[in-house]
Amino acid sequence: MKRLINQKPNRGNALLLGLLPFIILVIVYVFASHARLQENAEDKLLPSIAQMAQTMDKSALSPSKRSGEIIFWNDTLASLQRLGLGIGISATLGLMIGVPLGLIPLVRAGFSPFIAAFSMVPPIAILPILFIVFGMGEVAKVALIVIGVTPIIVRDLQHRVEEFPKEQLIKAQTLGASSWTLAVRIIIPQMMPRLLDAVRLTLGTAWIFLISSEAIAATEGLGYRIFLVRRYLAMDMILPYVLWITVLAFLADFILKKFTCKLFPWYAKKDSL
Amino acid sequence: MTSLFTSVLKLCVATVVATTMMSGSLMAQTKEKFQVAWTIYVGWMPWDYAQQSGIIDKWAKKYGIQIEMVQVNDYVESINQYTAGKFDGCVMTNMDALTIPAAGGVDSTAVIIGDFSNGNDGIILKNKKSLAEIKGQNVNLVELSVSHYLLARGLESVGLKEKDIKVVNTSDADIVAAFASPEVTSLVTWNPQLSEIKAMKGASLVFDSSKIPGEIIDMLVLNTQTIQENPKLAKALTGAWYEMMGLMKTKDAKAIAAMAKASGTDVAGFNSQLKTTNMFYDAKDALSFTQSDALPKTMQKVSEFSYEHGILGDGAKDATFVGMAFPSGKTYGSTQNVKLRFTDEYMKLAAEGKL
Repeated sequence: MKRLINQKPNRGNALLLGLLPFIILVIVYVFASHARLQENAEDKLLPSIAQMAQTMDKSALSPSKRSGEIIFWNDTLASLQRLGLGIGISATLGLMIGVPLGLIPLVRAGFSPFIAAFSMVPPIAILPILFIVFGMGEVAKVALIVIGVTPIIVRDLQHRVEEFPKEQLIKAQTLGASSWTLAVRIIIPQMMPRLLDAVRLTLGTAWIFLISSEAIAATEGLGYRIFLVRRYLAMDMILPYVLWITVLAFLADFILKKFTCKLFPWYAKKDSL
Repeated sequence: MTSLFTSVLKLCVATVVATTMMSGSLMAQTKEKFQVAWTIYVGWMPWDYAQQSGIIDKWAKKYGIQIEMVQVNDYVESINQYTAGKFDGCVMTNMDALTIPAAGGVDSTAVIIGDFSNGNDGIILKNKKSLAEIKGQNVNLVELSVSHYLLARGLESVGLKEKDIKVVNTSDADIVAAFASPEVTSLVTWNPQLSEIKAMKGASLVFDSSKIPGEIIDMLVLNTQTIQENPKLAKALTGAWYEMMGLMKTKDAKAIAAMAKASGTDVAGFNSQLKTTNMFYDAKDALSFTQSDALPKTMQKVSEFSYEHGILGDGAKDATFVGMAFPSGKTYGSTQNVKLRFTDEYMKLAAEGKL
């Protein structure tokens, strides 16, 4: 008898085991929904899968009566745009601030405590200030994501730069590299995949801020729709939207992972992503 | 491995079936302990004081039951929880009672009509003086709420349609801060936020609920099945409410001070909110309001508004989908699907002093 830690599932079984929790979740849901619907056919809390499909088809995927737009794709596009902008700006800022912080002791001494403190401010708690500074429109929504996500990326990159092998830096210096050359030729190229890693890890946080900002004031977006229909407990619309957000988040993570593998094979191999 | 997989699966299914069946059988038991949800609003603060001062307990004891008033921080969430079956009752407006529990198939009864908004909800414009100037603006409000209904009624009064403006869904918690932002030029909200914003620079109130008196009603809603099985609950709550109303009518200083504090304002602030609230201190007044012909007419308007905005649910073919019953046998809409009932039974007992 092999020890437990040496028993490995084959491909098929691995797939089955991976699917098992999902299947259990669906079964639990179907049973619970069925039980509630038997008691009250109009129950809104746990609608049946058929009900959800029907609602999505009717309300979200057919052109709306007022504007002729398909609200599902409209919402998705609006949210992805905000998310993409927010993440893009955060990653750029993260790189621009994180690298000097980690590499240059003078900069670190000056700004590290401030960044560490600033990153602890919960953005949701200073919303009134954000409204006055950034207004109530698209800028405010992107700004909320940037304020929430940038400090995390900055601090992560700073630590990655700090733990960079000293030997490489010394070697480059003996070959005559200036501080600028060190940053541009040694540090930044090796930080890029780590930046993508940091972005992947902060995707969840970015979604939270996106949904919160859409809940506060919006006319479209995935978070807007969920908070709007929550007003009349339309779980038949909320649950498919939540599922869709999960799929989108998973896809974003997957694409970034593949992107890292493709662009930085040396890094991917080392960390066996 | 595959056999392990199937046996695990079977076990899971069995557990699920067992739990659902158990929870089902628990639900059918008769009860002696009840929970009613309330949220902060001037017309509902009496519930808090009634609980704190022991009035609720006194009446519950009289009927041999236990009642707990549970404060929920988020108004919509409290109604959702009630609709999901977590609470036996909840305080809410007439419109939300129709669109959340009743449209969700939970048969609900409005046991006490507490008050109607008489200026507690209003439309505010920035640097403009008349409602007609709202045309073409973005209007910040909680979409599909009574604010939205008030806006629709206001627009109607100046010959505008909802098409003429653009609604921006804005959380009621953030609407005061929103007004400070230069992009926000008009909004609809309720008290206490309304009085905060009214006091801000450039704000002018151009329409409020005193122009549509009796259309935004605040009431205590209980699950119809629960009170059919346990009428004691409705009796005890009604008794407690009108004892509390007696205190408020005589401006009991201790009660007013406690309610003001609990709602996050001072006595002056609380009194000014009371001024824009048409409280029914006397059960007789509440009774005649409930029995009046105006109530079914109001509910028809609310139902039509809700249907036009798609909040009666997908099953609704027209505004009459969810039936409503009024005292003395009047009904509106589908008589097969009566889910919201206005009853005068308990208020009548209170008015006659028979509780």
